[in-house]
Amino acid sequence: MPRKVHVQTTINGETAEFLCEPRQSVLEVLRDVLYLTGAKEGCNNGNCGACSVILDGRLVNSCLVLGAELEGKSLETIEGLAEPDQLHPIQDAFLENAALQCGICTPGFIVAAKALLDQNPNPTEHEIRYWLAGNLCRCTGYDKIVRAVQDAAKTMSSEVSA
Amino acid sequence: MADKKEYKVVGTRPIRHDGVDKVTGRALYGADFHAVGLLHGRVLRSPHAHARIKSIDTSRAEAHPGVRAVVTAKDFPEVEDKIADLGEGAANLKDLQDNVLAGDKVLYKGHQVAAVAAIDPHTAEEALELIDVEYEVLPPVIKVLDAMQEDAPLLHEAMKTDEMGEKADKPSNIASHFQHKQGDLEKGFAEADVVVEHEYTTETVHQGYIEPHNATALYNADGHLTIWCSTQGAFAVREQVSEILQLPVSKIKVVPMEIGGGFGGKIQVYIKPIAAMLSMKTGKPVKVLMSRADVFEGTGPTPGSYVRVKMGATKDGHITAAEAYLAFEAGAYPGSPVGAAAFCVFSPYKVENGQVDGYDVVVNKPKTAAYRAPGATNAAFAAETVIDEICEKIGMDPLEFRILNSAKQGDIRIDGPPTPHVGFVETVEAAKDHPHYSAPLEGENRGRGVASGYWPNFGMASSVAINVTADGTISLVEGSTDIGGTRAAIAMQAAEVLGIPAESVTPSVVDTDSVGYTAVTGGSRTAFATGYAAYEAAQDVKRQMVERAAKLWEVAPEEVQFADGMFSTVNGKEQEIDFKGLAARLDETGGPIVGRGTANPDQPGPSIGVHVVDVEVDPDTGKIDILRYTATQDAGKAVHPSYVEGQIQGGAVQGIGWALNEEYIYNEKGEMTNASFLDYRIPTCLDLPMIDAVIVEVPNPGHPFGVRGVGETPIIAPPAAIANAVYRAIGVRLKELPMSPGRVLKTMGKI
Repeated sequence: MPRKVHVQTTINGETAEFLCEPRQSVLEVLRDVLYLTGAKEGCNNGNCGACSVILDGRLVNSCLVLGAELEGKSLETIEGLAEPDQLHPIQDAFLENAALQCGICTPGFIVAAKALLDQNPNPTEHEIRYWLAGNLCRCTGYDKIVRAVQDAAKTMSSEVSA
Repeated sequence: MADKKEYKVVGTRPIRHDGVDKVTGRALYGADFHAVGLLHGRVLRSPHAHARIKSIDTSRAEAHPGVRAVVTAKDFPEVEDKIADLGEGAANLKDLQDNVLAGDKVLYKGHQVAAVAAIDPHTAEEALELIDVEYEVLPPVIKVLDAMQEDAPLLHEAMKTDEMGEKADKPSNIASHFQHKQGDLEKGFAEADVVVEHEYTTETVHQGYIEPHNATALYNADGHLTIWCSTQGAFAVREQVSEILQLPVSKIKVVPMEIGGGFGGKIQVYIKPIAAMLSMKTGKPVKVLMSRADVFEGTGPTPGSYVRVKMGATKDGHITAAEAYLAFEAGAYPGSPVGAAAFCVFSPYKVENGQVDGYDVVVNKPKTAAYRAPGATNAAFAAETVIDEICEKIGMDPLEFRILNSAKQGDIRIDGPPTPHVGFVETVEAAKDHPHYSAPLEGENRGRGVASGYWPNFGMASSVAINVTADGTISLVEGSTDIGGTRAAIAMQAAEVLGIPAESVTPSVVDTDSVGYTAVTGGSRTAFATGYAAYEAAQDVKRQMVERAAKLWEVAPEEVQFADGMFSTVNGKEQEIDFKGLAARLDETGGPIVGRGTANPDQPGPSIGVHVVDVEVDPDTGKIDILRYTATQDAGKAVHPSYVEGQIQGGAVQGIGWALNEEYIYNEKGEMTNASFLDYRIPTCLDLPMIDAVIVEVPNPGHPFGVRGVGETPIIAPPAAIANAVYRAIGVRLKELPMSPGRVLKTMGKI
């Protein structure tokens, strides 16, 4: 077995340390080493987006980044979105709009939507669809997901202006 | 029993009970399960589509550091050659065992051959490369019509066709041929002014659930086996594993974790018995996960098919005769959904003279599994486009034609049974009245199409228990895995009976030791049948609560009534107490209340959908764009309308994917060449407009709230509706699925 690598990084605002094999992806580290299982494996080759995380402000598929690359970086995962007593507005919007069925793609969609709204607070429907095209959902037909992101954008911009 | 009623809870849109867990990433799916001392299993798969296994040598793998066990088909106990009902389709147990680990032959690329348990996933993967399998490669047969030829390579050398109940004398890849017949076909076609007949082909497509199959098993020294997994039916897993490994069902506990999609594909077991066998050998918990390629190559897709439909009609639009020839690819073992295709193909319509022939044919592809209204989409693609051409020829509006020919309750179907109470006309009218149908559609290469889809729905067994809690809430224990919001839909039916809010119900999906037998989440049955069991359990609670109120007030139970959430005495309003108030007084009136309900309802009530679609075809590339989509469907009574809409939208989009670009692409060696989400492309949100889901409510007399299942129907109509729209856009009729750009250009004569 290859010798493990020591990595120090920031996950959801807190310092995290772990040992991983050089061949393990960020997704494997999150799920199998740190037991943060909110990021899901749907394809393990960057085509489904179920493992979406935000790495130094950029939306990435965690199955395509090696765990060792997290050294000195900052990672946001689905586990970091909600406050202890309050869901993130995108999470609320997904629930209000019934934008999930089986829920396996949901963490990835919510993380991807957050990355979108972080940089474009008022996206058009087309911009939402374009941005989320890297996330596959097989249950919903996307209608309610797009509406949820539209609603979340409205809520978040009214919170900012209030 | 059920008519159009207003309800307090049923028909509202509460937040689903498992919602917060699922939007925060806390919900635990099968692959998220962890246990102390966990080993990781991986499966070696056949690289050949068809080959005899001459030998398997596992010694190098067993010697690899970190490997704890290796299993092959030699580790199986002997099983009987018998058929087991798996809820949504039956399977022969010997075939099921052979499909889990190949015996003498491998029958498709991806067929499971051996498995390894090791200390981590990568070590297990390394060890797979150290298993030496010697194959004698045989010629594969991939397409249904090729497999039906007399000189085709045989998958099962001893299999003889069941020819309408009689065994044929020669071996063949045709497992069975059946026929349904009614009236006088010749006379019917002679009476027709217009006869249209075409041949259609469809390719193999996959359910495409985002979560790969998974299983963790622990076999204890006391002979008890526990399996944690994502499945559509914990009891179906228990039964299959019991038969495959010859263990009593009472020794097996299946714990259903959250499930990331199934659509029919997570009923058959593949790696669950393997995880169990590896745990038996090691005494440790073993987790086996599939990769995406494993899912495409090794789990049941829905069949490719050859369909021929002939239909005759008078010039005033009456169907005089209809005939269908359905040849379906079963995959490596018999059991395609051709039977369901046969009862769906003409079922929306009154057909007095008809014949349907069905052929179940084995080919060197993975054994097919159920996929959302299995078989119906293949059949409807043919029948509903033939109807469109008839309408064009006689100059009739295609929705008018459907109203005119709609089967009414009691009309005898070609396959025998009478048509149940259906809401077809109401559903067609909803499509006709929708602004979409009358909206102008301008621009070149654009067209509008319609089609309908019929699915009978299923009932089957469900069990529910309800515990009344002192704070006035209830906990509801059920055995139906929640694949799309059914916790809410089931809880709401109990809440309605008890006059409490949906939020006062805590629903739990539990393991097979903790609830009565419950059939799979499939067949559009869960909100209907488990909802029915919840209704019964809530009625049981209500009866007991009435007795408690009577005891409290020292009156006879007959003097207590329950209405609008309030218990009161019949004569005047001297005494009243609400559910919450009474729940707080159980201790003083006799102790806890547990309600129980079981259901096995036999009138699921078919659900019919009518879809309207606008497309634009790019004449240079052959690409079809969906401009606008409206889907109407009879839900009987929509318990949670948001999730009913979601089923309609999601099903329609799966149908759109099937129509436009999804297919297994094979090379001449019988290898699937596109086993990834990059190359097997399911629709993304950028490919689609909003999907307007219109719920029609024609209550089902077979359910206390009038519910009809809704999950499967919406996938049926899209391919035909899109093909009909494409015809209006560019003047050619596509008769092959998917209508990918290449096929469109070929049909247009451009390549």
